[in-house]
Amino acid sequence: MSVLVYVEQAEGKFKKSVFEAVSYAKAIADQQSTNLTAISIGDVADGELKELGKYGASKVLNVSVDQLKTFVNQAYASVIASAAEKESADIVVLSNSFSGKGLAPRIAVKLKAGLADGAVELPKIDGGKFEVKKTAFSGKAFAITQLTSPNKIIALNPNAFGVKENATDVAIENFSADVKQSDLGTVIKDIVRATDKISLPDAELVVSAGRGLKGPENWGMIEELAGLLGAATACSKPVSDADWRPHSEHVGQTGIAISPNLYIAIGISGAIQHLAGVSSSKVIVVINKDPEAPFFKVADYGIVGDAFEVVPKLIEALKAHKG
Amino acid sequence: MKILVCISNVPDTTTKITFTNDNTEFNTAGVQYIVNPYDEIALSRAIELTEGGKGTVTVINVGEAGNDPTIRKALAIGADDAVRVNAAPRDAYFVSKQIAEYAKDKDFDIILTGRESIDYNGNQVAAMVGEFLDIPSISIIKKLDFDGATATIEREIEGGKEVVTVSGKFIASCAEGVAEPKIPNMRGIMSARTKPLAVVDAVSIEEVTKVAKYETPAPRGAVKLVPAEETEELINLLHSEAKVI
Repeated sequence: MSVLVYVEQAEGKFKKSVFEAVSYAKAIADQQSTNLTAISIGDVADGELKELGKYGASKVLNVSVDQLKTFVNQAYASVIASAAEKESADIVVLSNSFSGKGLAPRIAVKLKAGLADGAVELPKIDGGKFEVKKTAFSGKAFAITQLTSPNKIIALNPNAFGVKENATDVAIENFSADVKQSDLGTVIKDIVRATDKISLPDAELVVSAGRGLKGPENWGMIEELAGLLGAATACSKPVSDADWRPHSEHVGQTGIAISPNLYIAIGISGAIQHLAGVSSSKVIVVINKDPEAPFFKVADYGIVGDAFEVVPKLIEALKAHKG
Repeated sequence: MKILVCISNVPDTTTKITFTNDNTEFNTAGVQYIVNPYDEIALSRAIELTEGGKGTVTVINVGEAGNDPTIRKALAIGADDAVRVNAAPRDAYFVSKQIAEYAKDKDFDIILTGRESIDYNGNQVAAMVGEFLDIPSISIIKKLDFDGATATIEREIEGGKEVVTVSGKFIASCAEGVAEPKIPNMRGIMSARTKPLAVVDAVSIEEVTKVAKYETPAPRGAVKLVPAEETEELINLLHSEAKVI
C-alpha cells in the first residue's frame, strides 16, 4: 500500500499547483502511515525532480521516452496506472488541472477506482469509510463523496490545500513504460501559451470586471491593477458573451470556478451564476456603484462607488503602498 | 457521419441549491430542469457538422422517465433521435459505462459531451467513455473541425491552448467557443414530439463512489464597507487584516 502522485510538467518545470498536489498526497501518505511516490512524464531535469523531495516525495519515477514528450492523455493514463500497479499504490493523487481532468477519469476506469475530483480537503478516514469533500453544483455546495472501491483517485483543486514543505530524502528512478501505438491517437500540432499572463485557474489573486466597465476599451485600468498586484484578470459572462474579453476569462457557473486568495469584483452585480464560480475565494472585494448589488452580501470588503473613479484611486494607493 | 451527443439533465442555472433528508439528498422541489448548458454547445456543434444531409445526431441520456422533457428539448434543438438508458445516474463511472455499452457496436464517428455537468462538475464522462471504448478522449475543447477523416481540435491548457489532431473515432468534451447554443424553433419543437426516443436497460457495474452528504458553503460575515475616497484604507485592510497582498 502506498500513495502515488502524478506531477504534471510544463516545459520541463513544475508549477506551484504540482507542489501543492505533492504536499496534499504526502499528508494522505502520513494518514495511511505509508510512503509517497511521484511519477513524472516528459523531459524534466534531475534537479527539478529533486525539488519534489522538499514536499515529501521519497521516490520519483521518471518516465522519459520519446513518444511521451508531450501530453497524450490515453498514453499518460496507461503509464500512471501501470506505475500504480507496480508500486501497489491504492491511492493516486493528481492536480485538478485541464490535463488532470482528462487523465484522472481514464486512470479510474483502468484501476476500477472511485474518483473524487475537485477535492478541497484531506480525506476523512473513519472505520473503513474514505470520504472526500469536493465542490458540487458549481460552487453552490460541497459533496462529501465516499470512495467505496479498493483503489481511489483524488484530483485536488488548485489553492485548496496550500504548499507545505516536508523535506524528505528523495530517490529518482527511471521508470520504463511500454507505450501501445493505439494509445497515441491524438497528435499535438501546436501549443500556444501566453507567457506574460498569469493562468486564471492557478492564480492566487484575481481582478475581475463586468458590464459596469461599459466597454472593452476600458479594460486598461483593470489590467494595470492586476499587473500591480500580480493578479490574473477575469470577467463576468455578459462580458465574454459580448466578446469584450475572451471566454477563457469567464468565471462563474458556466465558466470556470476559481478559488483564489483574493477576488476583486469591479462592476459586477453578483448574479447567482457568477457567485457560484467565485464563492470559494478566500477574500472577496466588491466595487460597485449600486449599494444594493447582491455581490455585497457575500463580500468581505466593499466600496460603493463608480469604478471609473475608484479603480484609478486604488491603483494610486497601491503604488504608494508598494513604495 | 454519425455523432453521439451525451446529455445531462441538470437544475436550471438560477436554482438555489438546497438539500433534504439530513442533507443527504438534493432538494428537487420546485426545481426546473434543463439540458446541461455545455451539452447544448456539444449538441449545437454536432448539428452544424451534420447539416445538409452529411450525417445524423443521436442524443443519449442516462436517467429515469422524468428526464424525457429534457431529452425532447434536445430533439427540438435538432438531434435526429434519442436514447435513454433507464436507470438513476449513480455516478460518472456508472453513466460512462452505460454510454460505452450502448455505443460500442453502433459505429459512431464522433462522441461529444459538455465539459462538465453543472451539478456534479465532474468532467469525467468523456474520458471514462473513451477509456471504456479504448478510443482517444480530448477534454475541455474550445474548437472542433472535422474534414470527414481527421478532426482538428483546440484544447484549453493553463494559460493557453493546444491544437491536436485525431484520426479515427474519438470522444471530446466541449466548452464555450465550440458553437453558439442553438435555440429550438417552432418546427423543431413540433417535430421533437414524433422523433424516436428509445429506452434501453442499464447494465450492471461495480459501485465505486457514493455521496454521503452535502454541505453548503459557510456564510461570510457582514461586508466591511470602505468609503470610496479612502482606497488606501482598503489596501491597508487587505495587507494587514486579510493578509492577502
